[in-house]
Amino acid sequence: MTIQEIFNHLKSKLPSAELTLDEIEPDGAIHIKADDLVEVCMVLRDDEQLQFSSLMCLSGIETADNLATVYHLHSMTLLHKVTLVCGDSKEEKVHIPSVSGVWAAADWHEREAYDMYGIIYDSHPDFRRILCPDDWEGFPLRKDYVPQDVWHGIPLTTDLPPDADREGKMI
Amino acid sequence: MSEKQELNLSIGPAPEKIQKALQDYEYAHGEPMKVQMGPQHPATHGVLRVELETDGEMILTGTPHIGYLHRCFEKVCENMTWVQVVPYTDRLDYVSSMNNNLAYVLGCEKLFEIEVSERVQTIRVLVSELNRLTNHMLAIGAYGLDIGAWTPFLFLIQEREHVLDLFEELCGGRLLYNYIWIGGLSHDIPDGWLGKVRDYLSYMKGKIEELNTLLSFNKIFIERLANVAVIPADVCIQYGLTGPNLRGAGVKWDLRKDEPYSGYETYDFEIPVGTGEFGTVGDCFDRYIVRVREMEQSLRIIEQATERLEKMPGDDVKANIPKRLTKVNKGEVYFRTEHPKGELGFYIVSNGKGKPYRLKCRAPSFCSLSVMSKIAPGLLIADMVALIGSIDIVLGEVDR
Repeated sequence: MTIQEIFNHLKSKLPSAELTLDEIEPDGAIHIKADDLVEVCMVLRDDEQLQFSSLMCLSGIETADNLATVYHLHSMTLLHKVTLVCGDSKEEKVHIPSVSGVWAAADWHEREAYDMYGIIYDSHPDFRRILCPDDWEGFPLRKDYVPQDVWHGIPLTTDLPPDADREGKMI
Repeated sequence: MSEKQELNLSIGPAPEKIQKALQDYEYAHGEPMKVQMGPQHPATHGVLRVELETDGEMILTGTPHIGYLHRCFEKVCENMTWVQVVPYTDRLDYVSSMNNNLAYVLGCEKLFEIEVSERVQTIRVLVSELNRLTNHMLAIGAYGLDIGAWTPFLFLIQEREHVLDLFEELCGGRLLYNYIWIGGLSHDIPDGWLGKVRDYLSYMKGKIEELNTLLSFNKIFIERLANVAVIPADVCIQYGLTGPNLRGAGVKWDLRKDEPYSGYETYDFEIPVGTGEFGTVGDCFDRYIVRVREMEQSLRIIEQATERLEKMPGDDVKANIPKRLTKVNKGEVYFRTEHPKGELGFYIVSNGKGKPYRLKCRAPSFCSLSVMSKIAPGLLIADMVALIGSIDIVLGEVDR
């Protein structure tokens, strides 16, 4: 199925869900509202004509005014693919429902997206940072990220004067 | 007094000291004990820490903690030009760098609509299969080491050296190559190099049989691995396990066949899958033996690629390399290839400028490791070592 056919099929299955088709080059993507996400994903996984059994990739992304999650799905039986995008304005904290109940592979990927972008995945079974330490400040992949100066006495920026001690104080 | 009563009396109640010891023992068994495996542990293949909750020798929960090698690969890439990212992908999985280069470069080529010649494609296939061979040699060798077989490790490292020498002659690097570039290759193959590849092929053929007699079908090795840490096919798909781990569970899935790239569809090779030869489908032995058989298939592909290159007229491997990548196509692409460890995908977003706007690396080892907390409960601590070795992870790629 092409992305247009998948989009039409989803529309007919879930008339209430707000879906939009984005024709971004080269493959296209379907935009979903956060409230409909889990319902749409369940249909994508279980529908006879869709059978998206595997979540290839889940990535956080920051656009001009949104924080979003991109889902790359693939069907190992029907051999078609689809890209989903679900996001919200980054003015406030972004909440997106977790799909780790639909595909277990989402578990670690969602933790990574939280770690890097600060997107909060509701009803995730084990929600904490994964790559950075638990007490790290800020979200590194945000475009406006400024690293903290010192972490547990270890200087992190190279801007410290050469004769500063490990706490950042001048000797 | 009968004899029996006398006997009872002679046993009597246990002395106070022993009673206390027994109570303590019961206590130790009743409360789960926490064991930290790693981060400096020889069997975790790098700096991985697994937090184990154990009851005696039995694992109740196993939680992997990662991030010790985290250097924010994705952020670094956003600050480099498209071309500068290539050598940095080498450092992801540092034992199969050619395959990392290939995945990123093919993703960029799809996005920028760059075509490469057939000869370049054939050389790319040749070097990635050679690298697959070395990756599996290291994986199998280190696995033997984990299980307690020392000799196969030395044996395989020695065979691996020959391939590294070939790579050194090709591009100057032994481990990190920066060989596959966007639109071409960094160097053409030197004179007489294909002859050396041929010599290596004929030398290597007998060596896999030797490996099988030395390790694969060794009774102690089989007994140690059969029926241990079974990962069924549906769990593999749910958790995103790919590559030899998925094929070990009996699923015939290989991107080289199912989503061919770089002309893989024109090569004649088979996909080995796990059949539960000595135990259950998807056990440690299946994952191991799939790697050995993949090495045989890689040798077949290398032979075909060498044959083609010998007949092909030479051309300029740098002909299609773009002079400048400052204004590129806008768009986003997710491209995946069959890396020796599984599916390596790059999600590349371009906003038309000279640097990637967003680059996400979907690392196969990262996904493979996530299944551990599902499989660990019920294993023995010693079998945990067998599990970690059999899913073949490299922490440089997990932590990125």
